[in-house]
Amino acid sequence: MTSFLVGTAGFVLGMAALGLFGIFLRPSETDRLMAAQLLGTDSIAGLVLLSITTETPSIVDVALMLALLAAFAAVAFVRSATSGGESNVAEETRHL
Amino acid sequence: MTTSLALDIGLAGLILAIGTWTVFARDSLAAVIGFVGYGLLLAVIWVRLSAPDVALTEAAIGSGMTGMLLLGAAARLRTERNHATGIGLRGRVAVGVLCVMISAGLAIVILFPPESIPTLAPAVMENLAQSGLGNPVAGVLFVFRALDTLLEKVVLILALLGIWSLAPDRAWGGVPGLRIYLEPSSTLTFLAQLLPPVGIVVGVYMCWVGANVPGGAFQGGTVLAAMWLLVMIAGLRNVPPIDRFWLRFLLVIGPVIFLAIGLAGFVLADAFLAYPAGYAKPLIVAVEVALTLSIAVTLGMLGAGPPERSQHS
Amino acid sequence: MTILLNVFTVLAVVAGAFFFLAGTVGLLRFPDTLTRLHAITKADNLGLGLIILGLLPLASGPIQALKLISVWLLVQISGAIVTQLIARAVRQGGLQE
Repeated sequence: MTSFLVGTAGFVLGMAALGLFGIFLRPSETDRLMAAQLLGTDSIAGLVLLSITTETPSIVDVALMLALLAAFAAVAFVRSATSGGESNVAEETRHL
Repeated sequence: MTTSLALDIGLAGLILAIGTWTVFARDSLAAVIGFVGYGLLLAVIWVRLSAPDVALTEAAIGSGMTGMLLLGAAARLRTERNHATGIGLRGRVAVGVLCVMISAGLAIVILFPPESIPTLAPAVMENLAQSGLGNPVAGVLFVFRALDTLLEKVVLILALLGIWSLAPDRAWGGVPGLRIYLEPSSTLTFLAQLLPPVGIVVGVYMCWVGANVPGGAFQGGTVLAAMWLLVMIAGLRNVPPIDRFWLRFLLVIGPVIFLAIGLAGFVLADAFLAYPAGYAKPLIVAVEVALTLSIAVTLGMLGAGPPERSQHS
Repeated sequence: MTILLNVFTVLAVVAGAFFFLAGTVGLLRFPDTLTRLHAITKADNLGLGLIILGLLPLASGPIQALKLISVWLLVQISGAIVTQLIARAVRQGGLQE
């Protein structure tokens, strides 16, 4: 069972590698962003599997952090790719 | 070949590939994405090396915060294109040679270790119970090498001061120029209303359990900072001007409490940063809570950047 | 009972891995940015859900199981919203295809 789960973790990370290789052949901004998303989800799956195989519950915390911060990183990327250099100084900031 | 070994070899190959791609990337956005991917994989590798605390920090800093900071820097560079000076071939060669020397040094240390590897880990485990902590990393950070941790936190504030010093004179004390999302977007608003409560719970949880299992103030503070930045980017809250008292109070409260407890150690336990017997764990938890707040505010302001507009404009 | 749980775990994890494969294949083979985005989000999140479902019997206790499920929920929800964000940026021409 353990080596089967470790093997699945390896397979999932291999899928990430495959996806990254495909992105390498097709360079475009959005594809690179999707590559980062793919890597994030695959890493979370791998970490969850590793947590069960090594019986270390704290690894699920790492997966939790990755999930939150990967969403934040994606927002930062989309903002950076679309804003084009305008800071909030040039805009009215909304008051709540 | 066992599956674990195959997994590790695959991870090593993948991270080398991503690292190479990052170095040779054409534009800054691609390089930053590559670096963030590198950080994600590095977190998995730390887990494989049985270092969950470092993996937590890598996942927090290496994926989210560093990506955002680098993107901000790249955007600023883009607007000042006319001053761009490339690093040149000699610079690249020098950097390459230095990297090779560092890698060779690490390889020699790992492949040909001395007969008895010097380590203090058994001494830490023997003395950990006295402090009431269950996590040896927290023990090293707050009990055995507390001075280093205190200095690190001060360095963090110095970094923030460095960024603030980039402000033009007229904008000192003003609002940082965090680039918010230009298009009013209900999707982003929804995300910024949904994720932060979860993030706050996770951040507080990370700080609290750090005494006994992997976690700690730094990881918790980073999650809180990321959530705060998300709320500011979505435009749901204004970026605070840097001369607000509450902002500066929160920035220093962590190191100040740490330092105060350290100085009190002179009186109560006859050494700097020594804890009186039996009170170690509550004091450490208090320090960790204050540090989480300070780290959250510091990293959030680091992400927001230098002030660009005086608030009275 | 244990045999049954083990079989369940193996089946669920294999199904999850298959969906990961499907997601990556979709990323490589679909013609359009939006369809590729669809592939990696839907398929990968479903794969993650199946893998976590398969790991639930092996979790060290109810708290651990709840944590696993909350990881999946978080990834599912944040992944869906972030994908909407990216798709909207692509559709409005901000992100180059």
